[in-house]
Amino acid sequence: MSAIAPPTDGFVPSAPRRRRGRRSLAFLGILPFLLFTGVFLLAPTIVLVKASFQDPAGAFTFENVRALFQGELLHAYRTSIEISLVTALVGGLLGALMCYAMTHKAAPRLLRAGLETFSGVAANFAGVPLAFAFISTLGTVGLVTAWLKDAGIDLYGSGFTLFGFWGLALTYLYFQIPLMILVIAPAFDGLRGEWREAATNLGATPAHYWRTVGLPILMPSMLGALLLLFANSFSAYATAYALTGGNSVELAPTLIGNELSGDVLNNKNLGYALAFGMIVIVTACVAAYWLLERRAARWKR
Amino acid sequence: MRSRLGPVSWIALFLGISYFLIPLVATAIFSTETSRNGHDLSAYTAVLGDEGFRSSLSFSFKLAVATIVVSTVLMVPTAYWVHLKLPALRPLMDFTTILPLVVPPIVLVAGFGPTFGIDGPPILGGQGSWFYGEGIPGNVPPLLVGAYTVLAFPYVYRSLDSGLRAIDLKTLTEASQSLGAGWVTTLIRVIVPNLRPAILNGAFLTLAIVLGEFTIASILQYTPFSVYISSVGQSSGTQQSSLTVIAFLLTWGIMLALLRFTRGPGGGRRGAPTQGAR
Repeated sequence: MSAIAPPTDGFVPSAPRRRRGRRSLAFLGILPFLLFTGVFLLAPTIVLVKASFQDPAGAFTFENVRALFQGELLHAYRTSIEISLVTALVGGLLGALMCYAMTHKAAPRLLRAGLETFSGVAANFAGVPLAFAFISTLGTVGLVTAWLKDAGIDLYGSGFTLFGFWGLALTYLYFQIPLMILVIAPAFDGLRGEWREAATNLGATPAHYWRTVGLPILMPSMLGALLLLFANSFSAYATAYALTGGNSVELAPTLIGNELSGDVLNNKNLGYALAFGMIVIVTACVAAYWLLERRAARWKR
Repeated sequence: MRSRLGPVSWIALFLGISYFLIPLVATAIFSTETSRNGHDLSAYTAVLGDEGFRSSLSFSFKLAVATIVVSTVLMVPTAYWVHLKLPALRPLMDFTTILPLVVPPIVLVAGFGPTFGIDGPPILGGQGSWFYGEGIPGNVPPLLVGAYTVLAFPYVYRSLDSGLRAIDLKTLTEASQSLGAGWVTTLIRVIVPNLRPAILNGAFLTLAIVLGEFTIASILQYTPFSVYISSVGQSSGTQQSSLTVIAFLLTWGIMLALLRFTRGPGGGRRGAPTQGAR
């Protein structure tokens, strides 16, 4: 950015040719940002995608991508997708209900302030500390496990384990529900009181109102939020790693992590392909989210 | 018209809030347990006295400060410039800064290997170089700071974007320049003070992200606070829970500070920080 500029730079109409020259100079202003993004985000991504289409010798191949649809890798993807689906749906439902309650005008004001602040914290309180909190609670010697045992309920005897699929899902909900609350609150705020009054004046019951007015308006935001939750859980690595050691439940992210820290797949390029597959799935989710958000924005005008 | 909460809402609230609170309470109780069925704070004194605790926490804070400085210096002028001079590029900025959400940290760090490591062309020196923190004050690795700055893009840019929308950039810039100020003076003495809530908001979110980040640091074999917690957890249950409580209190502190210091014009809507989840 030049420090020398005429006082009214950019605000007086100027000849087209001069303006074009100035615009290309103005473009220089975002060069540092583009360079930074190029080095730390684009270059690693492009190199990774390229490497996933190469064999260890560097020759072009589809073999890695084909391997994603077989055996262990396919299984890891499937487990990742399943856990993301389960936690997005359950977290989304509970989060939406809690959000409905907190934005309701009969709800105490403190409820909303408390829930929103807590959600901001809980959405950040993920990874290793979250896994440890659940181990202290529901692990083999966890406090709640012990209490339930005293009460005659043997959790681990009845087949539950925190370190399996459902334990992991239960732990993921701790950041999924708060994320839902944070993401969906603006949509609930956007439901106008007049719509409800109009429906009531026309004789609609609350159930009727929700079925024909409320839910159809919320639907794009809801679907968008669910996609975001799905992507969030699909990308999670730290929580799964801390809880399962990357072994007892094999997910796509933990498989990549294992591959990067040891050499389990014996083919680094297979690990890169696995990562490339994750980009594809998350991109699809985020793109669909973006489209739905645009659809939802109609009602916010 | 009914204006009371239905039973379904109450059940959802009860379930949700108990689910939120039970693990916290259980962890807090667990952290004070002793081998003789008593309670004391020995796990905390053991943890606080540990050299690894102090060095990892200080490493995390150094990383956070470096990341906040880099991302502020990079993003504030960029966002200002785009809003003032290149409004046509705003969609491109929106798109670029949302990309880190599409490339999860585990994927990003997988790409680091062949890009910056021994595997690939050593553009920036490879392992053991200044890029990995060798010889840098505080051993803060530029690679990690760069990665964290990228992770913070969505939150920092969104915060600045809504802050910039809320002020009249053109008038402010015009006024400042008609008084003889250059671009740098305008930016530092006019724009930055007006954007303070948005900048602080971005800084606190960055702090929360950096303190919680585990994936990239652990794969690259650094030991910030989150990685230290993970290593202690494998040896002692009560120390593990006391560290969890400390981590939770730290996160609370940051989020409360965020709410406290970022109210005001230009703060805009606060973005939801979620990067720690990854």
